[in-house]
Amino acid sequence: MSAPVLSVRNIEKSFGGIQAVRGVSFDVHKGEILGLIGPNGSGKSTLFNCILGQLAPDAGEVHVTGRNVSKMRASDLNKLGVGRTFQQLSVFPKMTVLDNIILAGQEHHGTMLSRLFGPSDAGLTQQAEQLISFFRLTHLRDTLAGSLSYGQQKLVDAAMALMAGPSLVLLDEPAGGVNLTMLANLKERLVTYNAEHGTTFVVIEHNMEFVMSLCTRIIVLAEGHIIAEGKPEEIRANQTVIDAYLGG
Amino acid sequence: MKRWLRPLLLVLLLALAIIAPLGQGNYIVYTLTSWLIFSIAAMGLNLTLGYAGQISLAQASFMAIGAYTTALLTLAGWHWVLAMPLGLILCFAVGLLLGYPALRVKGHFLAFVTLAFNTLVFLILRNEEWLTGGSYGLVGMPRPDFGLFSTMKQLPFYYFTLGITVIASLVMWGIVRSPWGRAFKALRENPVRAESLGVDTRRITLLAFAIGSVYGGLAGALITPLVQFIEPGSFGVGHSLRILLMVVVGGAGYFFGPFLGAGVVIMLPEMLRFTAGYYLIIYSALVIVMLVFVPSGLIGIGGRLREKFRPRREVRADMREGARLQ
Amino acid sequence: MSQLLQVLLSGLATGSIYALVAIGFTLVWQAAQTVNFAQGEFVMLPAFFVLVAMGYFGLPFLPALLVGLVLSVLVLGVLFKKLIAEPILPHGGITLIIATMALGIFLKESVKEFYSAEAQPFPSMFPNDPIDIFGAVVSLQDLFNLAISLGVVVLLTLFLNRTRTGRCMQATAQNPAVAEILGVDVKRMILYTFLINAALAALASFLITPVYLAKFSNGETLGLIAFIAAIVGGFNQIRGALVGGLLIGVLDNLTATYVTAQYRAALPLVLLIVIIMLRPQGLMGTSEGRSV
Repeated sequence: MSAPVLSVRNIEKSFGGIQAVRGVSFDVHKGEILGLIGPNGSGKSTLFNCILGQLAPDAGEVHVTGRNVSKMRASDLNKLGVGRTFQQLSVFPKMTVLDNIILAGQEHHGTMLSRLFGPSDAGLTQQAEQLISFFRLTHLRDTLAGSLSYGQQKLVDAAMALMAGPSLVLLDEPAGGVNLTMLANLKERLVTYNAEHGTTFVVIEHNMEFVMSLCTRIIVLAEGHIIAEGKPEEIRANQTVIDAYLGG
Repeated sequence: MKRWLRPLLLVLLLALAIIAPLGQGNYIVYTLTSWLIFSIAAMGLNLTLGYAGQISLAQASFMAIGAYTTALLTLAGWHWVLAMPLGLILCFAVGLLLGYPALRVKGHFLAFVTLAFNTLVFLILRNEEWLTGGSYGLVGMPRPDFGLFSTMKQLPFYYFTLGITVIASLVMWGIVRSPWGRAFKALRENPVRAESLGVDTRRITLLAFAIGSVYGGLAGALITPLVQFIEPGSFGVGHSLRILLMVVVGGAGYFFGPFLGAGVVIMLPEMLRFTAGYYLIIYSALVIVMLVFVPSGLIGIGGRLREKFRPRREVRADMREGARLQ
Repeated sequence: MSQLLQVLLSGLATGSIYALVAIGFTLVWQAAQTVNFAQGEFVMLPAFFVLVAMGYFGLPFLPALLVGLVLSVLVLGVLFKKLIAEPILPHGGITLIIATMALGIFLKESVKEFYSAEAQPFPSMFPNDPIDIFGAVVSLQDLFNLAISLGVVVLLTLFLNRTRTGRCMQATAQNPAVAEILGVDVKRMILYTFLINAALAALASFLITPVYLAKFSNGETLGLIAFIAAIVGGFNQIRGALVGGLLIGVLDNLTATYVTAQYRAALPLVLLIVIIMLRPQGLMGTSEGRSV
């Protein structure tokens, strides 16, 4: 088996006296869609932020395709092939959908100087249009992203995370605030994308139905520990998980 | 706007700029020239503020750096064409330096830091008499002479400035249309997201300051031969505010905003001249009224009207119902 | 030694007036995210209200001061909030910065055109007799200024911490959404903040104008110094603005006397840049309060 795309090693993080994450380790392999779930206060957001370098862990390391990425700047992490979305909507509202998507790819082409003197779309229009059409947004290509509906903006957001052709994508609560039709649409697109490109996904999410139907494997956190790990149907039947969620 | 309308409009505007000074008195030509020069300065600030979203209250200090560098070198016998680039390089370097605070603080704090910087530059210009002539300033800088084309008279100097303005605008157009322009806008709208998409926001922030400053320096390099007398008072905080006003009045983040803004800010006092001493009062009151009613600038009015008359594209109904829970 | 004491005391006296201006500035900034670039002109104007009341309406000095105070609170407090801060704030901080700058020009030029471009003498509330403290010659006026400013700061602090209204104002400044839920009349509290700012500016005006004479351009330096004092001290509290004001007053006097008169104005600016870069929360501030 090849090296894991993402390898999390003994991450620990505390705030003041409270230990939010207590030594969590796991690997994610190519092509997986891993769900990271847990009740409120289980430490999943903290763990997620440690993986992405938003928070500095007290101990432990994060490796992406074998490279230690702790202390790496977000832009460098992205260039290494890690795409992400944020919990809050994160499109650029006063740019068109096309410009949003092109921006997400342009920094991966050429040098700073060659971008200044090269074509204004960095040669990415066609690729961006393909992605826009993949998310069925073609009719909105030249609309300002800020004037789209919430669900449409979520799709643009996801498309931006995929534009640079990352090997690993981290989605932070992609289902939050999205209506059912849109959610089904988003899930179906992500699964198709994963099947076509073999891109690895890590999803942190509250919405259980969404996670269960999207992910190939699920890790459950509670009180900073991993309490269960397995396929969706195993998790569904796991008594420890049920207890944790019911506050047992 | 139709595809052919924009270029046509541009050609018309340029033709107008060429015809405008013909047959006019020296004073009008002088005013038109200073309109062009301030448009360049405002164009630079528009990049820093309008596109990249970084407030700077120090544009006049870069005009000062450009103006004094050009003045000292041309007084020492250099040709303007050689002196000017040196001023721009200096502005680029100092602009990078001024960008560093922007990496740490935003908004109001950045406004204060840049304001303080402008005042410091002013104090240095006033106090270092051995170099800058102190409060008396520098006089007698020659205008550039290109053999067959001498800019000694007001009209040729106007065309010379117009030529430089066109070149500067084309370069700016190239920058904002390039991927850099997209990165600047991304920095303005959501720096954290931009960084997560691979944009080196530190570098882009510094560049926004440095390039904006170079345009300030270019404007300064042109002021020197226009006025042929420079003194610290022409580059105080008040003048930075004036340039900022041009950007905001015209419409921050719109390419042609600075030209419109500079036009209004420079012409309005001329038009209010009949009110004698009251013009600054009327003028400042007008600015406040404008900010209350058209905060996006005069160019923004056009956009608003267009939106009113053009039917909005219908968004698919099933997608619109997406719950806005957050 | 006696010269040093003299420089320190007069620096403290001016500094305490800066502190008044800086405190008002801080309060308004916190409660309404309004950075008032016309704050210097807010200090310049009240003295002219008093001069008009005395010169044109023949009021004696003390009633004229009262009229000046009331007018200031109405114009610089109520009108400023209703006509400028409130309508423009939704358009963003930068727009408001520019609007208040324009307001500053408006006030300055109006005084220049409608009253006088010349510096006017302004009566002092206190005798200007020199007195001798351990060999240092200090004017009685300076001592009164120091005492009154500090007294007002103490009263204001007591008001904010000990009264219900004061605590409601603090809650509003810290978190308007939560304050609203707790039943605080947020709008009213914000209005109070503007009123207090105007009153502080008026008081500072009455104290400082006898020293500098009443001139339309007085606000230019005063406003900047008040910002600097507020930032250097720590924007999120009165204590910080007080320390910042006193510090700038003293430092300013020290440099002018012992280092360089030419670069006297540069020192506060350098201090500002250094503080913002190294300790953006200010000398007295805590970092959380600055996140906005």
